[in-house]
Parts: sequence; C-alpha cells; structure tokens
Amino acid sequence: MDLSYGPKYSQFRDEVREFLTTHKHLQPPPKSEQRSEAVLAWQRLLIEHGYHSRTIPQQYGGFGAEPDIIKSRIIAEEFSAARVSTGLGGQGISMLVPVLLEMGTQEQKQQFVSATIHGEMVWCQGYSEPGAGSDLAALSTKAVLDGDEWVINGQKIWTSTAQIADWIFCLVRTEPEAPKHQGISFLLFDMNTPGIEIRPLVDMTGNANFNEVFFTDVRVPKHQIVGERGQGWMVANAILGHERGSLAPPDAARSRLNGVIQLMQSETISGEKLIDNPIFRDRLMKLQGRVLAMQYHDMRLLSARINKNQDVKLAKMIVKLIGTELRHELEGFAIDVMGEIGLAYEDNPYVRNGGSWQYSYMYYLGLIIGGGTSQIQKNIIAERGLGMPKEPKVGAR
Amino acid sequence: MEFGLSEEQILLQDSVNRYLTEQVPLDRVRGIAAGEEPDSAVWAELTELGIPALLVPEHLGGVGLGLLDAVVVAEVLGRHVTPAPFSTTAVMAALPLIDAGMEEELASIATGELRIGIAFGETIGARADAGITTNGDTLSGKCLFALDGFADCYLVAAADKSIYLVRADASGVTRNTLTTIDKTRTTCELLFDSAQAKQVSSDSTVYERALDAGRLMQAADTLGAAQAMLDRAVDYSLQREQFNRVIGSFQAVKHLCADMAADLEPCRSLVWYAGHAMDAVPEEATLLACHAKAHLSEVGQTIAKTATEVHGGMGFTDLLGLHYWFKRIGANRQLLGSPEQVREHAARIQGLI
Repeated sequence: MDLSYGPKYSQFRDEVREFLTTHKHLQPPPKSEQRSEAVLAWQRLLIEHGYHSRTIPQQYGGFGAEPDIIKSRIIAEEFSAARVSTGLGGQGISMLVPVLLEMGTQEQKQQFVSATIHGEMVWCQGYSEPGAGSDLAALSTKAVLDGDEWVINGQKIWTSTAQIADWIFCLVRTEPEAPKHQGISFLLFDMNTPGIEIRPLVDMTGNANFNEVFFTDVRVPKHQIVGERGQGWMVANAILGHERGSLAPPDAARSRLNGVIQLMQSETISGEKLIDNPIFRDRLMKLQGRVLAMQYHDMRLLSARINKNQDVKLAKMIVKLIGTELRHELEGFAIDVMGEIGLAYEDNPYVRNGGSWQYSYMYYLGLIIGGGTSQIQKNIIAERGLGMPKEPKVGAR
Repeated sequence: MEFGLSEEQILLQDSVNRYLTEQVPLDRVRGIAAGEEPDSAVWAELTELGIPALLVPEHLGGVGLGLLDAVVVAEVLGRHVTPAPFSTTAVMAALPLIDAGMEEELASIATGELRIGIAFGETIGARADAGITTNGDTLSGKCLFALDGFADCYLVAAADKSIYLVRADASGVTRNTLTTIDKTRTTCELLFDSAQAKQVSSDSTVYERALDAGRLMQAADTLGAAQAMLDRAVDYSLQREQFNRVIGSFQAVKHLCADMAADLEPCRSLVWYAGHAMDAVPEEATLLACHAKAHLSEVGQTIAKTATEVHGGMGFTDLLGLHYWFKRIGANRQLLGSPEQVREHAARIQGLI
C-alpha cells in the first residue's frame, strides 16, 4: 500500500497551485451561459495550460500531453480543493470526442474535435427512443440512403441539451434486414437541419433536463457517419462504458455527506440539534461508512489504471449501481432529518441549500434509471462479473 | 501510487489459503466444532506459516509484520471458517505486549505455545452484574464473553481501560465456557476473586488500539466469510436445476448474487485501507476500524442471509455446512461492540456527540 504520488509529482502539484492562485479570478461567474465569452475564454485558458483536453493531440486543438493518470488526478484534486471551475463538460466532450479520436476520419477529427473541446460546438446524444430504453439495440429511428443523403425518420427521447445543441450524434437503423445489433449506424448532423422538432420533457424535479426530438425526412450528407454502416452499436457501447463510471463520483458524495453533517449541526427541532438525535446520528454514521467504502474503492480503481496487474473487472462493474443508489439515499436522508422543512422547494422561504436536497434526491433517482438501470447493471454484474448465464432470448431477431 | 496488496501480501494470502484448503477443510472444521479435535492442533500447524508470530518483532522470533498483513490473514481464516485464536492471541494480545516490552510472552506467542484470550467485554459495555475492579495487582469481578475458551492467559481490561494479564489457572480465577452459535471459536465467562494479575498497561490508548485492531480483524474475517458464501451461492446456482434450467439463469437469483457482489466489493477497499491506516495513518485508524467493523457487520449479515436463500432448502440444512459461515459472521457482528455501539463511537471521535 503506497498512497503517495511520489516526489516527481510534487513539482507538478505546485505548478497547478501556482496556476490556480494567479488565474482563479478569471473563472466565469456562477451560472454563466454556456456560450458566454467568460466561459469560452476560461476554457481556452485551461486547454492552453493543459488543465482540460490534456491528452488530446495539439493538431486537434488539445494540449497534446502523454496520458498520465496521476497528473490528471492532481489537477482534479487541486481544482476541487480551490473550488475552481474545471471547465466545460457535456456529452460532446466526454463521449463524442473520445469516439472520434478513435474511430473518426481525419476530416471528422479536424472538423469537430477542436470546436467541441473549446465549447464552440455543443452536442446532444440521440440514443434512447420510446421503444428502445434498456433494450437500446431495438431502436427503430431509420435512415434510408437516397442518393448522397441519409433520410432520417423517427423519434429520440431523454436528449439532454437538445435545445442548445448545434449538432447531434445519433444512432439510427440503416440495415433493417440485419440482426438488430448489426443494423445500426452512428450519424452526426446539424440540429438546424429542416425536419427536426424539439419538445422539452419536464421531469419530476420540475425542470426540463431532457427533451424529445422528432425527425421527419431529415436529410443528412452520406459521409457524416462514424465507422462503417452497421457498426454503430460497437461505437455506442464504447462510449456508454465511459459514461457509467462518471455518473456518481465518490468525492461529490463525501462533500454532500459533509453538507448533511453541517445541516445537522445547525438545525434544531424542539430545541434539540439534529445531530443530537441518536437515530439520525446512527443513520448518518451508516452512510458515512458506505461513502468511505466507495471512496477507497475509487482509489483501488485509480491504482489499477496505473498498476496493470491489479484485477478490478468486477470492481468496476458495481460503481454505477452502488454510486447512484448511495447518492439517492444520502440526499433522501438529508430530507428526512429536516422533517417538514425537508419538503420545502423552489420559492419556499424556509428552503435549505437552495432546495438542492430535494432536487438531487429526485435527480439521482433519474440517474439510477438512466445510463443503464440498476436492474441492467445487476444483469451485467451477474453475467460478466460472476459468470452466470444470460437470460434466454425471447423473440430475438 | 499503489492501493492494494503488495506481492508479499498476496504470497502470504496464497500460502495460508492453500494450507487451509488442503489441511483444514470443512470436514475438519466440523470435527473441531464438535469438540472431537482441539483447535490447538490447527494453531500449532499455523506456526509453520508464521501466523501466531505475525506481529511479534523479529528479534523475538516473530515475523514483524503490520496490521494490513494481519488483515490479509484474518480474511483467509474467515473464508475457511478456521478455528484459530488469531485475532486474540496474535493481534489483540500481541499489540499491548509489544508496547509493554513483554519479550518473554511475545516469544512464547511466536512459537504458538502461549495463547492469550481477550476479556474486554465489560469495558466495551458492562452488564448489570458484571465488571472488573482492581486492587493493586489483583482483579475481582466478572467478565462475560471473554474471547477464547482455551487460552492459557487473558488480557483483562478494567473500568479505567488499564489492561492486566492473568493466568487462567491462577488461584481466584474461575472459567466457565459460554456456548454460542459460532462453534468455530470459543467464548467463556471469567470470574475473579482477588486473582493475581500483572499490569500490562495503564494507558487507555493501548487498550483502544488493541480494540481497534480486534474490530478490524472481525471485519476482515467477515469479508472472507461473506466472499466464501457468495462464491458458494454462485456455484450452487450453476448446478442446481429447477424448471429444466439452472437456477442461476433466473434473473431473480442473478440479482440476489449481483447485490451481494456489489455490496461486498467496496468492503475490500475499506478493510484494506483501515489496515493501512493502523500501520501508517494513526489519526484515521480508530474511525476506519469502527466503520470497517460496523459496515462489514451490516453487509455480512445481508450476505449471510441472501447466500443461504440462494441455496434454497439445502442452505438451511447441516449437510452443506453453510451455517458455519452464517454463524461466524453473526459472531463477528455481536462481539467487541454491536454495529450501533461502534457507530456511536465513530460519531464520538469526530466530535459529533
């Protein structure tokens, strides 16, 4: 067990701290518009210094460093400790760019990577459909080749950021006769193309975090495909795996846990501090034990990325399931300790922490379902982690 | 940066695992649990692997290893439900004796000749008619659920958390075996009537560290035992057929197994880190030992139940012997402080009480 990063990294940490001290004042104010100049300038500055898009080649607008997991970790740690914005995220940056770098053509990389990481081009993801949720490969939005264009008809759902996105990366069925996993293609197209209609989908939090997107005879140039015809499922799986690990980071859980502790130390009911209630305190300690376990679990996974001999196959599979369930429970616990105040929401003058406990309690229920439901995660753990048989296929094509 | 076991620790794990697989299989555990063979035979054999000597300094004939190494051993012992006084003699007793520089006793622990039980129960939570009082170097009173019914000596904690070493055969000491559900390890009641004892420590931090280590060993033991139950449940589900299918192909059964794996996997990291903290991050050691004990108690209890259910009716019988693991996990939960008590302690040391 060696938890130090070693002396050669202490200089790097100093450099990051130095950057933060001298540039912190330039970070965009909270709740800035995604396309405001303040956000874009901060993004450029981060990339220029290697604190965003660190390993993306310079020819595609990145910093071009060799991958170094510990340096990335140090950057994350220092930005978090200084409470400084780590720059833009979103599905274009976190999901599409890695795919393009791996499977895109030279032209696609030139056209999209730099603009995406610099925040000049915002993407949305067109995967799920009303009839294709857990069984994503059953998707039926179809694209038919007509001359040099794909003609797309169908509907997507759970499309976050569709209302602000410039482009969409989208799974469509192009080979209706092929087995379902081999009939899908991965297309890229402009959200301003005629025939696209976006309807906001209001969810239980009261916000429209997602949209429905309808396609009616949307015409897309033939070359705007990633990979070959029928390879879309392979491409989609590569990035879904990437998404699952990042839905519920343990550091955020720890920070929320500390938030509950502060709440319990300051709030009183009938003159008694919430922290002095032994039942609440026991529940708090139970959650703390679980949060700590996930935090060290995360260190184990980080370590396995550096030390390739460590076997974490099963350990990786449980992160989305446990991370999202734990977070939902943690947010719900904060609501419980507050009693009726825990119900307060939106403009209620008694609302605590801006209503974030209720909001996140609901939002994390969404994450338990989204990105592969807890039940799908359990199938994966049982089948790929424990070697148990797959369900017999019913009506498989 | 490396979070995990070292090559040496993996070798240690493998060698103990191989030995127990071959030499102390379930049939032998059954015999020891039934009193047909003394558990001292296993303990004597484990001296060849350096297990009793694990924490004893090298100049006293020991191996001189740390608490993370002890975690590794405890996990394997739990996996095989091995009847052995490891967490008591080799860990909870060795630590205070090292602090006190009691070299003769440590050398005897290392050779496997000296077994020291632990009588901390009344300091952790005194019963109505029990408790230990001291008068100079003599002990009086009663301690329930002292760990190890066959020890030569006991480390006894008095109300002020000072620790005394007393011989089991000293005059004024009466030992009564206390039967529990867990037959792989033994407990007893100790009655003292002005029994002659030797003070090992008057420093409460020595007592606390021994207790932390004991709780951590229970967590590691439960980790191993729960992993064994999960492995058995998965194996059984792939053999047992009903409705013309192996039951492991039913989603209901798969999800029970996935839940067990998902709950258990982060426990490994928690227990490892708690061991590392005892060796290298003393300011976090007590908090981590408490959380390891409490969290593994909860996860262990759920897995003990779920793995038994996956086995269906066979899980409930004595034939498969699954209940040895079920009961071992149950004992690790109750002894040295219930999970609720331990979490209360975790809250206290963080200033939340």
